[in-house]
Amino acid sequence: MESGFGSDFGSDFGSGGGGGGKLDPGLIMEQVKVQIAVANAQELLQRMTDKCFRKCIGKPGGSLDNSEQKCIAMCMDRYMDSWNTVSRAYNSRLQRERANM
Amino acid sequence: AAGWGADPQLQRFIEVETQKQRFQQLVHQMTELCWEKCMDKPGPKLDSRAETCFVNCVERFIDTSQFILNRLEQTQKSKSAFSESLSD
Repeated sequence: MESGFGSDFGSDFGSGGGGGGKLDPGLIMEQVKVQIAVANAQELLQRMTDKCFRKCIGKPGGSLDNSEQKCIAMCMDRYMDSWNTVSRAYNSRLQRERANM
Repeated sequence: AAGWGADPQLQRFIEVETQKQRFQQLVHQMTELCWEKCMDKPGPKLDSRAETCFVNCVERFIDTSQFILNRLEQTQKSKSAFSESLSD
């Protein structure tokens, strides 16, 4: 399944890409890496904003008051902790399942 | 033009990155889900009770996903005779 994706992507790109000019795979890899990092940061930002807005803003007032800002700051840190905890737990689960195969 | 399309290095790169991206995506999804189940009021640190809750939440989410997959497979198998006669 996965190799299918890889080869489809490669051949589509190869036949569609600029008229015979050699594309540098190294450059493409760099660009893809940057795009992935940006996408992940956006994903995190969006979910974090959603969660911390829900936790910290009861009734939206005339401004973001001091206690709300403190709550948001704390919430951001705890969200990152949670993300890391989940990542570690998922990783160790994968490792265990690989060992049992 | 098909030359680098089959570039094994690039193919390998895409396979690895796809795999990593799947992992990250599921971490985003489970963090959001488990946050709802495990977090009351965000405190000055992630306490051990919440941490245990997150770990259990991840484990049970994966169990649930596997359970559903297995059960669907099973029901498909027991129905296969029926659906074969339908598709023919």
